[in-house]
Amino acid sequence: MSAGWKGMDIVSIRDFSREQIEHVLKLADKMVPVAKGEERSVLLEGHVLGSLFYEPSTRTRLSFECAMTRLGGRTLGFDEPKGSSVAKGETLADTIRMVDSYCDVIVLRHPQEGAARLAAHFANKPVINAGDGAGQHPTQTILDLFTIRKEKKNLEGINVVVLGDLKYGRTVHSLAEALAMFGAQLTFVAPPSLQIPKEHLKQIETMGHKPKISSSLEDSIKEADVLYVTRIQKERFPDPAEYQKVAGTFRIDLNALKDVKRDMIIMHPLPRVGEIAPEVDATEHARYFEQAFNGVPVRMALLGLVLGASK
Amino acid sequence: MKEFKVTPIRNGTVIDHISVGMALKVLKIIGVKDDVNSTVSVLIHVPSKKAGWKDIVKIEDRELDPKDLDRIALISPNATINIIRDYNVAEKFIVEVPNVIKGIMQCSNPGCITNKDEPVEPEFVVESKKPITLRCVYCDRVTTDVAENIR
Repeated sequence: MSAGWKGMDIVSIRDFSREQIEHVLKLADKMVPVAKGEERSVLLEGHVLGSLFYEPSTRTRLSFECAMTRLGGRTLGFDEPKGSSVAKGETLADTIRMVDSYCDVIVLRHPQEGAARLAAHFANKPVINAGDGAGQHPTQTILDLFTIRKEKKNLEGINVVVLGDLKYGRTVHSLAEALAMFGAQLTFVAPPSLQIPKEHLKQIETMGHKPKISSSLEDSIKEADVLYVTRIQKERFPDPAEYQKVAGTFRIDLNALKDVKRDMIIMHPLPRVGEIAPEVDATEHARYFEQAFNGVPVRMALLGLVLGASK
Repeated sequence: MKEFKVTPIRNGTVIDHISVGMALKVLKIIGVKDDVNSTVSVLIHVPSKKAGWKDIVKIEDRELDPKDLDRIALISPNATINIIRDYNVAEKFIVEVPNVIKGIMQCSNPGCITNKDEPVEPEFVVESKKPITLRCVYCDRVTTDVAENIR
C-alpha cells in the first residue's frame, strides 16, 4: 500500500482509488490520540509545510497547521496574499517554484479552479489542494467520509441526504462522487435553481445507486441516516437577486427534526450562516464540530503519507 | 463540365471535406498565419457530393505534420488530408481525434487558472471522440464546443 504515496500530489478526490481512501481513513483513525493531544509524536520532525492561502479559511488552514505541529513539523506561509509578492502581481507558478525550495510539502488554497493542478505541475514537492475556487477540496471529502464511517461504521447502503447549495457548493460534488463510490444511497435536496449539475449527476449514476432528486426536505429527512447541510454561498452567485430568493429556504431547527431517525447525524462543512439553528447543537444529531476536528487526524494521515513518514 | 476555381497544386497539403464554415478555424489550428512563404488557398462553401457543402484548404510547398493535422478532427471530423507531390496524391488519410489536446484552445471556464496570466498551455483530455467531449486537465471543466474555444 505504501508504494506511490511518498511525493504524491493530492489535487482531486478522483486521483484516489477506493483502496487508497480506505487506507487514509484507517491511518487517520490511528492519528486520533495524537490529534487530541493525548499522545505525542515526532513523525514529521524537521519537516516544513508551506501553507499558501490566497483566500480566507479558518478550519482548513488551522487544521493543517495543527496536524503538522502535532506531528512535530513546522509551518510557514501566508493566510492572505496581501503583503506577499503575490500582491505585486507574481504568477502562481513563480510563487510555487520559490516556496517549493523552502519547504517539504505545499498546501494551497486559491480562488481559481485548477490552481492546485498547476501548482503540482511546477512543484517538485507534493502539493495538497486545500480548495481551488468552485473546484475540488479533496481533504474535506476525506474528512467527511471519515466522520460518516466513524459514526455509521459502514458507508455501503446508508442513506445520505445532501441539502443546500448543490450547484455552486465546492465540497458537495466530490463528496457525492466519493459516497457513490462507497455504495451510499444519495438524495439531493435543493431549490431547483441550486440543484446538482447534470454532469455530476451523470458521473454519480455511473458509479453506484441512482440518486434521488427532491426540492422538499420534509419528504427526505425521515429516511436519512446522514443529513449533510451546506451553506448557500453568496460569493458564488452571479446574480444577488437569485441569492436573496433562495437564502434561508432550508433551515434546520428542532421542528424540522421531529420525525427523523434517532441515530441520524447532521454534518456541515462550516461556516454556517443560519442553515442550522444553534438549538440543534445540543441535540444528539449534531456532528459538525466533531467533523471539523476530524480534519486534523485526516490531514495528519495525508501529510505523513506524502512526506514518506507513514506507510 | 468540371470547373476549377483553384488550380491543382504541385507540392503541398490539401485538406478536403472540411465541415462548411470551419476553414479559417482549421488554418488557426494548424498554425497557418499571415506570415506564410507559399500560397495558401482557402475555399469556403464549395459544393460537395458527400455533404452538400464543404470547405477546402490548399497549402503549397508544405507537408504538414500528421500530429498537427489530427487536431483538425476536433472541429471537422470528416476532413481528409492529401499530401501532394508533383501533382499526384502521394498520401491520403482521414484525420483522427488525438487523445490529448494541448495549446490550441482555451478552457471555457472563465475561472480556470489557465485563463489567467500563468505560464502554462491549456491542456485537455479527450473523454469522448463522438461526440467530441474534452475535459480540462487543470479545472476538470467539460466542454463539447471546440470551435468556440479555439484561440
